[in-house]
Amino acid sequence: MAVAQSSEIRYLTPPSVDVKKKKYCRFKKSGIKYIDYKDPEFLKKFLNEQGKILPRRITGTSLKYQRRVAQAVKRARHLALLPFVTDLLK
Amino acid sequence: MNQYETVFILTPVLSDVQMKEAADKFKNYLVEKGAEIISEESWGLKKLAYAIEKKTSGFYCMIEYKAEPTVIAKLELQMRRDERVLRYLTVKNEKYAAAYAEKRRNKKEA
Repeated sequence: MAVAQSSEIRYLTPPSVDVKKKKYCRFKKSGIKYIDYKDPEFLKKFLNEQGKILPRRITGTSLKYQRRVAQAVKRARHLALLPFVTDLLK
Repeated sequence: MNQYETVFILTPVLSDVQMKEAADKFKNYLVEKGAEIISEESWGLKKLAYAIEKKTSGFYCMIEYKAEPTVIAKLELQMRRDERVLRYLTVKNEKYAAAYAEKRRNKKEA
């Protein structure tokens, strides 16, 4: 009885919960061990349009490499290879 | 003897000769202090991401060397005193960084 009642609601189309893409740490996968602070092009992948560092939940990188990315970005900013704040970075 | 890598920016106002002389001044200072220069690169005049001391471009130089830790403080003091240097950054290269730097050098030559 309880089962019948619980499935009272009928959906016209099944509720499409977006399939969660399994995020992976690109450094572990590709085996990059050192993130170089001298080439800004690579670091730009981890910055948003304003030049801020993207959080891990979006890039999916592991904590260990996120810290290295953050350190490399801050060093690049110190050497004026990357801006601290900008409006259109890409 | 740890391995270090120093990147510094020279003011663009200098002529080429002065630029070269300024870069060599630090290299000779290092050699005189007993450091072993591994490689030296200059990325030429590049546009800065933001203005430093009212200048929008700078002359980038990089030196990779092995040196005693005590030498670094003296080198940075020299750079702080020299008004041609806009900015400098010294980084110690651990094993992964040293391996990466070496690979990068070979790729540059190849």
